[in-house]
Amino acid sequence: MAITKDHELHKRRFSRNLGVGISLGVLVAIVMGLTVVKVSVLDPARNGTYRAPAVETPADQPAAEAATQTPAAQAAQ
Amino acid sequence: MSDTAAMDHENEASFGDYFSLLKPRVMSLVVFTALVGLIVAPVPVHPFIALVSILFIAIGGGASGALNMWFDADIDAIMKRTSKRPIPSGKVEPGEALGIGVALSGFSVLLLGLAANWVAAGLLAFTIFFYAVVYTMWLKRWTPQNIVIGGAAGAFPPMIGWAVATGGISIESVLMFCLTFMWTPPHFWALALFMKADYDEAGVPMLTSTHGRKVTRRHILAYTLLLAPVALGLGITSIGGPVYMAVAVAANLWFIKGAFAILKRTEEEATADQYKAEKGFFKFSLAYLFVHFGALLVEATLRGFGIGGW
Repeated sequence: MAITKDHELHKRRFSRNLGVGISLGVLVAIVMGLTVVKVSVLDPARNGTYRAPAVETPADQPAAEAATQTPAAQAAQ
Repeated sequence: MSDTAAMDHENEASFGDYFSLLKPRVMSLVVFTALVGLIVAPVPVHPFIALVSILFIAIGGGASGALNMWFDADIDAIMKRTSKRPIPSGKVEPGEALGIGVALSGFSVLLLGLAANWVAAGLLAFTIFFYAVVYTMWLKRWTPQNIVIGGAAGAFPPMIGWAVATGGISIESVLMFCLTFMWTPPHFWALALFMKADYDEAGVPMLTSTHGRKVTRRHILAYTLLLAPVALGLGITSIGGPVYMAVAVAANLWFIKGAFAILKRTEEEATADQYKAEKGFFKFSLAYLFVHFGALLVEATLRGFGIGGW
């Protein structure tokens, strides 16, 4: 036989279940929100503040260092 | 259903009972001071990060409240002021409060670390430890200086808010900590003066019982005098300004005047007018903290328009 009459106890349990449900929903929304903010807004690669690390090319080497690598210099050594 | 089972269900907890384990009134002070610490910091924070950080700080503070209620259930049952709390009233089992306290502590620290930074998370973890272990388990039942040292737990939130924004600690955040830390003793001792029966019956060594009420009155004045330079010192840092300084001078003069009035009174005079001066001092102490942090907020807002600060 189905229970048709609500007791005060049922209301209290419903409030508890609803509270836990809403808390879990808020937690999911927070984690999702944090993910969106961290990945799309605060990520340097996306918000224009990213700076690529400096890569040394032969053109960047100091002239003095380049001079020591000439055949004449190496012969003198 | 037997009568016993029906009675058990009558005492079943609602969601509100579990929520009240987190001490919502204390939480409101934590939220306010942490928010001010975060806003007055010189580094801007993304609004969503700021919102969730304050939420996690509040949950961490609430978790330490649940651990406090779990450990102090025996004395809460004796004191009139706390006898209706969820554990002494039989609505929540002590084990449930412990579980909620531990789970929310870990949850709030971890998520604050991920959302903001690990300095802020570390400070939050230390705050929870300090309140639940150092104050509740150790100092509260052992020394009448319990609220002096234990007051540190309530003083950390603005420092955590500052750390959320800057990732570190500075003179400004230390002075915000000191402001709440030095304010706690006069605030609670004024309460102890007119709530005497409660603490005495529970066997909590409040200064009023261990050293007498005259000594407590002297201590209130001493801490009020020590509080003033801290409050004024905060005004000359980068987060202070003329508005804050005007508020601090006025509030501290009023606070010191109230402390002198409390010192001069005898117990007979206090009993005769039902602790009018002590109750007035206690009420003003609530406003004291609010106006100081509120003034810092005003200075930060004015700085946004280029007119705040020195």
